[in-house]
Amino acid sequence: MPRTVRDVVFVDGVRTPFGKAGGMYANTRADDLVIRCIRELLRRNPQLPPERVEEVAIAATTQIGDQGLTLGRVAALLAGLPKTTPGYSIDRMCAGAMTAVTTVSSSIAMGALDIAIAGGVEHMGRHPMGEGVDPNPRIIAEKLVDPSALVMGSTAENLHDRLPEITKQRVDAFALASQQKTAKAYANGKLQPDLVPVAVRDPEAGWGLASVDEAPRETSLEKLATLKTPFRPHGRVTAGNAAGLNDGATAAILAAEDVARELGLPVGARLVSYGFVGVEPEIMGYGPVPSTEKALKIAGLTIDDIGLFELNEAFAVQVLAFLDHFGIADDDPRVNPWGGAIAIGHPLASSGIRLMTQLSRQFAERPDVRYGVTAMCIGIGMGGTVIWENPAWEGNK
Amino acid sequence: MTQPVINEVVTKALVRFTTIPGLDGEAALITLDNGHDHTKPNTLGPGGLASLDAAIDAAIERNPRFIAVTGKPYIFCVGADITVIPQARGREDALETGRLGHRVFKRLKDSQIPTFAFVNGAAMGGGLELALHCHYRTLSTGAAALALPEVSLGLVPGWGGTQLLPNLVGIINAATVILSNPLMMNKMLKPKQAREMGIADELFEAADFLERSLEWAAGVVRGDIAVERPEIDRDSWDGVLEFAKATLDEKLHGAHPAAYKALELLALAKDAPFSTGTAAEDEALADLVFSEELRSGLYSFDLVQRRAKRPAGAPDKGLARDVNKVGIVGAGLMASQLALLFARRLEVPVVLTDLDQARVDKGVGYVHAEVDKQVAKGRMDTGKAAKIKGLVSGSVDKGAFADADFVIEAVFEDLGVKKQVWAELEKIVKPEAVLATNTSSLSVTAMAADLEHPERVVGFHFFNPVAMMPLLEIVRAEKTDDAALATAFAVGKKLKKSCVLVKDAPAFVVNRLLTRFLGEVFAAVDAGTPLEVANAAIDPLGLPMRPLALLQLVGPAVAHHVAETMHTAFPDRYGVSANLGRIVEAGKPGFLTSGGEIDPEVAALLQVGDSPLTSDELRNRALEALAQEIRLMLDEGVVAEAQDIDLCMILGAGWPFHLGGVTPYLDRTGVSEKVTGKRFLPKGAASLPA
Repeated sequence: MPRTVRDVVFVDGVRTPFGKAGGMYANTRADDLVIRCIRELLRRNPQLPPERVEEVAIAATTQIGDQGLTLGRVAALLAGLPKTTPGYSIDRMCAGAMTAVTTVSSSIAMGALDIAIAGGVEHMGRHPMGEGVDPNPRIIAEKLVDPSALVMGSTAENLHDRLPEITKQRVDAFALASQQKTAKAYANGKLQPDLVPVAVRDPEAGWGLASVDEAPRETSLEKLATLKTPFRPHGRVTAGNAAGLNDGATAAILAAEDVARELGLPVGARLVSYGFVGVEPEIMGYGPVPSTEKALKIAGLTIDDIGLFELNEAFAVQVLAFLDHFGIADDDPRVNPWGGAIAIGHPLASSGIRLMTQLSRQFAERPDVRYGVTAMCIGIGMGGTVIWENPAWEGNK
Repeated sequence: MTQPVINEVVTKALVRFTTIPGLDGEAALITLDNGHDHTKPNTLGPGGLASLDAAIDAAIERNPRFIAVTGKPYIFCVGADITVIPQARGREDALETGRLGHRVFKRLKDSQIPTFAFVNGAAMGGGLELALHCHYRTLSTGAAALALPEVSLGLVPGWGGTQLLPNLVGIINAATVILSNPLMMNKMLKPKQAREMGIADELFEAADFLERSLEWAAGVVRGDIAVERPEIDRDSWDGVLEFAKATLDEKLHGAHPAAYKALELLALAKDAPFSTGTAAEDEALADLVFSEELRSGLYSFDLVQRRAKRPAGAPDKGLARDVNKVGIVGAGLMASQLALLFARRLEVPVVLTDLDQARVDKGVGYVHAEVDKQVAKGRMDTGKAAKIKGLVSGSVDKGAFADADFVIEAVFEDLGVKKQVWAELEKIVKPEAVLATNTSSLSVTAMAADLEHPERVVGFHFFNPVAMMPLLEIVRAEKTDDAALATAFAVGKKLKKSCVLVKDAPAFVVNRLLTRFLGEVFAAVDAGTPLEVANAAIDPLGLPMRPLALLQLVGPAVAHHVAETMHTAFPDRYGVSANLGRIVEAGKPGFLTSGGEIDPEVAALLQVGDSPLTSDELRNRALEALAQEIRLMLDEGVVAEAQDIDLCMILGAGWPFHLGGVTPYLDRTGVSEKVTGKRFLPKGAASLPA
């Protein structure tokens, strides 16, 4: 039976405001965060009959407790989707949600299903990085991987070692710009439409409503210069030029383009290609370079075809490594125009969809741009890239 | 001011200010939280009201766009802390309890800033009244129940409920919530019903209830959302209440002051100013707090809520043996009902046996049909139904009981027959299998007498219909050991019955008292008291059923049989009515027609004397008989305490809360002292303090 690959589109995406670990979501369950996103997606898109959702893939890095129990299926049930909607869990650390998107998209493309919800959640307050891990002793015994590969901050320091032209001054300046761009985006109402307010309870203070990100802060180069370098004495990586420890969730609707059009669903971005590639785990931050090369190659595009970049800012150094490789300036306006994870936060497995949602909103504002990239580095030495086409692109008219 | 309340678990009102997307400024969100989980719900005493008062102050001070009140997870607020009531030292104290609630709640009603109640969970009594004072209400589909149950206890919804509810949802709905439901086994509203009635303006799903409520409230204060409520029909007001009063009279005959007070307050709500209405509520509350009926009501509530869950005299739970298979001897109607109950609650295999395959098939068929009915009514899902059907089987071979852990017999009520059944069974069952009998009047000890292992025999006396009636009298026979008894209690609890431990004495508790009581009525009839007089003589107690209707329900043959048994046991106190015998002989269903009228054909059968009693004489005799019998039962040790008698009468005979079952009423009317020389309960326990 001959098959045709179908076009897959990113319909709509939302996220909870991102909290600081131990902050506003200290008493909120992780699963409730992602359930909230799924419900909001369905509410914002009433044209989508819930029974048409044929898969729910939810990512979490630490799949324990309220992030365990085959979260995709359980979250679907708890969100009120029909019992006929299946679901599964995904883990590719920081690129969990990104992988949820590429995986369900692949299912859609090959015709296994029409519409899916992909999402991600990480409650780093309830589930600190490394909770319950049990690394195989062979990693040390056989010197397979440098032990520093398991500490993300150390891999960022390692990247600085290999790329000495990325100085402390450059990363701090990039970090400051991220905060400033985010503040400006908030002031202009760019980020709020993506946010799903979450009722939060504090046993001492009662119920409240989380409606904005908790992490963004005012800072300056002077202040950033004074911060400690916790991963290495006299190092370069600080809390100021890296994403923090955060709690949050994201979700998005993916659909076959013809089905989306038939149901009258919005089309935020069209999937072009994607790539995941491994690198040396000790310098995991370099991952997005080869993964982007791969995705570009598959798409038959070059870096010059890309009009917008949403790069996850796990560490400023890994973003700068990417920009240097592709010959893009540190302050290129195409890159993270609304700031990034250094300001907004990076609840590991959820972040990929934040990048895509923001890219889709920018696409709508920029009919002059045809292609955009979402990319991120991934623990244990990987990179992930998805290339999207702007459905609002008017260049061919 | 009221005296500080002893042991109040204070529900704190926590204020938090929050911004809401799309709304300029901030909203004040007040959370009611007593610091415990949902198993100890929020209640309001003086401390809680003071906290709410302070929270409203704090909210108003910041001039928010709106003030909303919500609860802790699963619970909004379940009302006034009723432990406060007996602590009132005088009428003034009681008045102040009412006034304090009114004063604080009224601030939400009179607020210039819009007020909202986000009813996220159970809301009862004062909790619901708090919500009614707010300008708007949202309700979660996850709220377990909404109710104004005050009348069931002997109170009225006296924190504004009688005035606000009818003006929000109309007099018919208000009368249902305030009067009918509390008097109907304390029926409560589900969120959907409450929304349909108009108690809430919006119903939101539990998953994002608070988020949706805040968003909705923001829309309301912005003016984007208009809240429309139906106009209240005032023309039918008086007529509805007249009808309600007639219904109450028929049921209670004036015996329940709270219900009548509630009626008066609802009448006032038609056009009295709110302040007049609430002042009347204060007075009504103060009157009722110092009424015997309320004290009995609180006592009854405590029996049902607490004593019923921890049966007096039950052995250590740890001694109970596992019950993984149940056998039922007999496959008649009673046996089939038992099979359904055991299979449904214990979810273990249940096997019915009878003499021939046709009876067995009929018994199993009954269970299957009942399960199908449950499914058709949407009360059971198909998976559970398949499971229950699969668990119930039948056999003509009692060998099917060989691996049963608990076997109950429901065969003909005859000692010889039952002994024969046990003797046969003992050769088949395991030595530690518990053997239970559903006898209502035979001696369990005698039934076990010839067994090799009499220590495993218990009485397990259900009330009809077994699926509905909450009481289970568990009988300890002379040789019953603790393990068998503990197993019986464990099974009873799993069956969701309220178990009371009784000694092996004729007819146990409920039947012994009802038979004695009815015996006095029949004796009066035999002596020449007109049937109409005899039937109405007990009305002032407000019992659920008149004597002749009760007889009809039990059936004259059964009543007559029990009377004979009791007469044999206690010939001095229990008579056998010759007229009752005539009715049985004539095959009549009782004294009444199917329409509930006295049947002239039956009346013609009677042969009566010429010394009729007046209503008062008959009622006194019946009450005195009860007092005498209860004292004897307590002296014999049939149950541990008078409280157990009352629990049995409330749960097994449906005797009302306002009588406290029965002993508080006998105490308060002086009957106990007159007949037995002393009270059953100390003053203050179920009555006003000395």
